[in-house]
Amino acid sequence: MATRAQIQLLPDGRRLHMHDGPIDLIIEAFGPRTQIQAAYRSASARFVTVLDELCSELSLLRREPSADALPEGVIAQRMTRAVSPHSTIAFITPMAAVAGAVAEEILLAMTTAAKLDRAYVNDGGDIALYLDAGEEFKIGMVERPDGPSLFGTATLTADLPVRGIATSGWRGRSFSLGIADAVTVLAGRAAMADAAATMIANAVDLPRHPSIGRARACDLAPDNDLGERLVTQHVGELSPDEIAAALDAGEAMASSFLPHGLIHAAALHLQGHTRVVGATLPCATLNAPTAERGLVHA
Amino acid sequence: MPDDDAIRCDACPVLCYIKPGRLGSCDRYGNHEGKLVRVEPHVVLDRALSRGQSIVPFLAGDREWDGNIVAGQETFVTAIGAGTTYPDYKPAPFIISSEVKGVDMVTVVTEGIFSYCGVKLKIDTDRHLGPEQNVVRAQGEPVGHVTTSEYGSQMLSLGGVRHLTGGSRHEGTITCETLLSLCNGKPVDLSVDEGASVTVQAGKPPIVDSVCEERMRVGCGSATIGMFAKQWFGKVDEVVVVDDHITGVLSEHQAGKLLGVPETGIKMKGRRSTPGRYFKVAEPGTAWGGTNISDPLSILQPFEPKTAWAGLRLLMVSTTGEHSAYFELDEALHPVEKDLPLVLLESVARIKENCEPALCTVLFMGGAGGSLRAGVTENPVRLTHSVRDALTRVTCGGAPVYLWPGGGITFMVDVTRMPENAFGYVPTPALVAPIEFTLKLQDYADLGGYMDHVRSLSSIAADEGRRHVSARADNPWPLSPSKPPEAH
Repeated sequence: MATRAQIQLLPDGRRLHMHDGPIDLIIEAFGPRTQIQAAYRSASARFVTVLDELCSELSLLRREPSADALPEGVIAQRMTRAVSPHSTIAFITPMAAVAGAVAEEILLAMTTAAKLDRAYVNDGGDIALYLDAGEEFKIGMVERPDGPSLFGTATLTADLPVRGIATSGWRGRSFSLGIADAVTVLAGRAAMADAAATMIANAVDLPRHPSIGRARACDLAPDNDLGERLVTQHVGELSPDEIAAALDAGEAMASSFLPHGLIHAAALHLQGHTRVVGATLPCATLNAPTAERGLVHA
Repeated sequence: MPDDDAIRCDACPVLCYIKPGRLGSCDRYGNHEGKLVRVEPHVVLDRALSRGQSIVPFLAGDREWDGNIVAGQETFVTAIGAGTTYPDYKPAPFIISSEVKGVDMVTVVTEGIFSYCGVKLKIDTDRHLGPEQNVVRAQGEPVGHVTTSEYGSQMLSLGGVRHLTGGSRHEGTITCETLLSLCNGKPVDLSVDEGASVTVQAGKPPIVDSVCEERMRVGCGSATIGMFAKQWFGKVDEVVVVDDHITGVLSEHQAGKLLGVPETGIKMKGRRSTPGRYFKVAEPGTAWGGTNISDPLSILQPFEPKTAWAGLRLLMVSTTGEHSAYFELDEALHPVEKDLPLVLLESVARIKENCEPALCTVLFMGGAGGSLRAGVTENPVRLTHSVRDALTRVTCGGAPVYLWPGGGITFMVDVTRMPENAFGYVPTPALVAPIEFTLKLQDYADLGGYMDHVRSLSSIAADEGRRHVSARADNPWPLSPSKPPEAH
């Protein structure tokens, strides 16, 4: 209900934070002040019913998409559309695209109500973007939060067909069938990026490898959409050959998405190794104090 | 039904079924031993007079992004659950300002990832745990070594970068696991090569070779003679206090001589140091007084017939009073064990009473030497200088730390003074420990701090809390400017 959701400006006075149940959104709009206010009002009004809409069809959204039973909600339909192209290849449910689909919906609420220069809705790392002509976003990139990693920025310009960014991996909040530390996907829309990132991260795998700990999803969370499928709980140290093999599998999956326009680009990370598929953005490595990194973490 | 133990969360319409020990899809509500609880990623210390009070309001914040903190001067934000911004040349996750007695204070809150870290373990026991320098193992993997014997205790050094990342992957993983358990107050089983097995847990008595150590010795054998000579005088003819370090003999000891205790003809094994004080009466072990003997008579040679007499009363006791035996010499001057007379029972009980409880002490030691500092300031070395100049106070989960002199920011902290489960780990392997730097706002600006990331405590609504824990009365209040940074 409307009273359950929490919506507030962050202390910086610029970003809006919206929270309801498992949904956490960070939103920022750029443009004239009155337009930003209109956008935030519209986003808030839209947000308060999102969780209830999704939950009313939750059991359907936790099953593989079927032409016989289409959901009614606009977000639920977007989720289903995003995963449908993948459902012939491997197991996937609309829940794989929930974060991206919600981000898209809120972004849409903002851009229909206001004339903005640019805007983003970040749903736990799955991001929907709006760019007016000539605008651009600088995107900070971190390979993995807990290890030595490259750190840089990518510039996303309005002329590129990318309005969605999503990241998936076994370390994330959702379960993964694969072992990728992180797969980040750039795609036309956030829900598409979300679904594709899930698929690619699932594909980065070494089936039955002894140093990978797995558990049945239902043993961890009884109502999870993955049911009895084995989800990754732990990944031991892998040899360079094994890492390459796992990344090969993910890369093959990602490459197959390119000709269909399902993704624009993907970056696959596993134990310090990175594979990039598709067109990349203009990147700049930050002028990092490299002497401070490496093995010395603290 | 396999899911009998799952509970249903009704906090939102998702209505997750949550298994014990796990969180719902929001990562905010969890099943803790069958109860639905809100779990907070971020610990806030409330200044309170006692421990044990715990209120848990909840916030609307996103744990990655925003650091909404409870308002009020008497709240200190700890780094537990703050997350880290590694690689650390980004500003730390939380930089909080608060006004304390008219001075704007800044607390930079982060969780450090420590590859250079370990624990110094003080185990209150006189039992021999193993030779110095020998390897200490957990689950068969080398995780540290035996260092020195200290007063009434044995010191182990566990962890360190060579075990964490310098050995095999498995060694590193087990070392990390061991350190994490110890720092979070959980028991750990250790074994020393050519030595004992010991179960240690911060703030609890050690268990050495399945025997729970209750008390520290009252003093060395010689000191015990000095302390109790008067109480024994007239009630017994001879007392031997068995100790792996210095075994004391009443009649030969200075204290006995002063009282006029006559010679008894007792002859000790071992090496006499000064009168009434003997080294190495036996081998080190886990029995009487930290020696390997179970029969106290085994450290005696036959009594000198010219001096000893039939009926001579002999008390043998260990330095903790845990072991004792009473003998009288027969006609052949052989000691014959008898029941301990009531008058001596008292003195043995008093030795016990004067022994402090034996505990394990776990000090976490880590170095904030490199990039962690960059989350605090754009010019990391200035933070080191500031800490060195006592302008910046370092705390660990709100607990005071001992800062090592010399280069870098290397500190030690008693883990029992920190909130529970303050430590985490990353698979590197390395430990994640909270660390807070508190300093005057002006000093923070001077050392090149991220002034545009400073948030004011008072600007944030009071009802948006994190996990509140009461501050310990015996810890100095982290924001109190009256105490010097090194006070502990």
